[in-house]
Amino acid sequence: MSRRAAGLVAGPVAGLVAVALLALSGCGTVGDAPPGGAERGPSEPGDPGLTGTLTVLAAASLTDVFTGFEERLEGANPQLEVRLSFAGSSALATQVLQGAPADVLATADEAQMARVVEAGLASDPQVFAGNSLLLVVPPGNPGGIAVPSAEAEPPSLAEYLDDEAIVAVCAPEVPCGAAAATVLDAAGLSGAPDTYEDDVRAVLTKVQLGEVDAGLVYHSDVIAAGDGLDFYGFAESELAFNRYPVASLSGAANPDAARAFVDLVLSDEGQEALLRAGFILQTR
Amino acid sequence: MPAPLLVPAALGVAFLVLPLIGLLVRAPWSAIGPALARPEVGEALRLSVVSASLATVLSLLLGVPLAWVLARSRVRGRSVLRALVTVPLVLPPVVGGVALFLVLGRQGIVGSWLDDAFGITIPFTTTAVVIAETFVAMPFLVVSVEGALRAADARFEDVAATLGADRWATFRRVTLPMVAPGVVAGAVLCWARALGEFGATITFAGNFPGTTQTMPLAVYLALQRDPEAAIVLSLVLLAVSLATLLLLRDRWLGRAAA
Repeated sequence: MSRRAAGLVAGPVAGLVAVALLALSGCGTVGDAPPGGAERGPSEPGDPGLTGTLTVLAAASLTDVFTGFEERLEGANPQLEVRLSFAGSSALATQVLQGAPADVLATADEAQMARVVEAGLASDPQVFAGNSLLLVVPPGNPGGIAVPSAEAEPPSLAEYLDDEAIVAVCAPEVPCGAAAATVLDAAGLSGAPDTYEDDVRAVLTKVQLGEVDAGLVYHSDVIAAGDGLDFYGFAESELAFNRYPVASLSGAANPDAARAFVDLVLSDEGQEALLRAGFILQTR
Repeated sequence: MPAPLLVPAALGVAFLVLPLIGLLVRAPWSAIGPALARPEVGEALRLSVVSASLATVLSLLLGVPLAWVLARSRVRGRSVLRALVTVPLVLPPVVGGVALFLVLGRQGIVGSWLDDAFGITIPFTTTAVVIAETFVAMPFLVVSVEGALRAADARFEDVAATLGADRWATFRRVTLPMVAPGVVAGAVLCWARALGEFGATITFAGNFPGTTQTMPLAVYLALQRDPEAAIVLSLVLLAVSLATLLLLRDRWLGRAAA
């Protein structure tokens, strides 16, 4: 990650992160509670007796964090086998509606979770994280995107982009694309995209290869992509803030393990992992 | 007919045809009219047919000579060459798309030179769609034509040579007419593969309505939000490809057999 650019991710996003961090440390459980401490009895992932298989369907942007949760839960429950399946949220919701056997569903927006809840296949979804869009630019800025000076308030997206720039965004059919359409419309740039990618990782790939001048991706995806990319916050990102809900499914074959997984996601430990991965906390 | 052949054959037919019947049964027929009237559907369909046809022409121009080299010439390392040119058959198309970027992208080996010298960038254009489809589909044509060449009796070519025809004349006047059904079958296979191409196209050419969004891309994205629309689009693609193949069959294969 580029530290120089990280300073520019200011404004509302950084503010939320800071508030969330304060709230977390206020609980007194981050850092000083041993993993597996007894403070949160019901949500303790080390409950003995979890066995069998737990199937978790999760949005692609959760890949890294949820893989960590899998290891955590399996480590605490040697008899438990956790299976993770990652895909676009709409595809996941469709899978559940088509009867895919699964215990937990975590999507990248509330609309896709609502489809599952309306069909009676899940109830009481809980928002566990948030995410917003950043503008990413390939190493060396081959398209000559106009980068504003540091320490300013995040400027409008229109300050960075014009119709000349080659821009990749997600397709409007997937959640990151709906978010991109919202911010581009607000900035008067609805004609800017040159390609509508099928998911957020495809946008990142094209930026990493230097084949586009800029792309709009989630904050957490930039963190996951690691070094080499420059990224910038912009004013319109507030308009397209995504909330991630998680729910255990009504048809869960392993409801105990499903509850333990959801509790882990919502626990201080889980929230801290999400924060490290670039998500914005939403639960408290 | 012997049951050991008949029963598995019937199972094979069921396996291949039942999913199509599933599409037909679940199809929201009343939605087909409005779907066809949507301008972006017509656009995607036109783009698909045009780019698949251009990819087939390109494959014919390059693939038939390549098949001849593989089947008839005495170039050293022919088996290695054959393995190399059929790699796209087993390569996941998405990887093929990334590989095309590395060569023809604006930071690619050839692409950066094209960009510097002529200001030409290929990705995210219809040209990129045709290139991606050709990359994935041409091996089908090459394999098919090479098979036909190997099956053809080379003695006719020897006779033509003894009568004074040079190798180019022999190829045009004797070899090509002899393997014409194989070339047509290969071209049809190549066209069908190009029409359904998804992975290399969305990777290398991106997805933009009117320039690079072909029907398979439109179907995949529709599936994310509106499965009914995806079924409708699939049926349209299916109908167009079946109609084209049947038409070609009557016109070309029928004549070749007559």
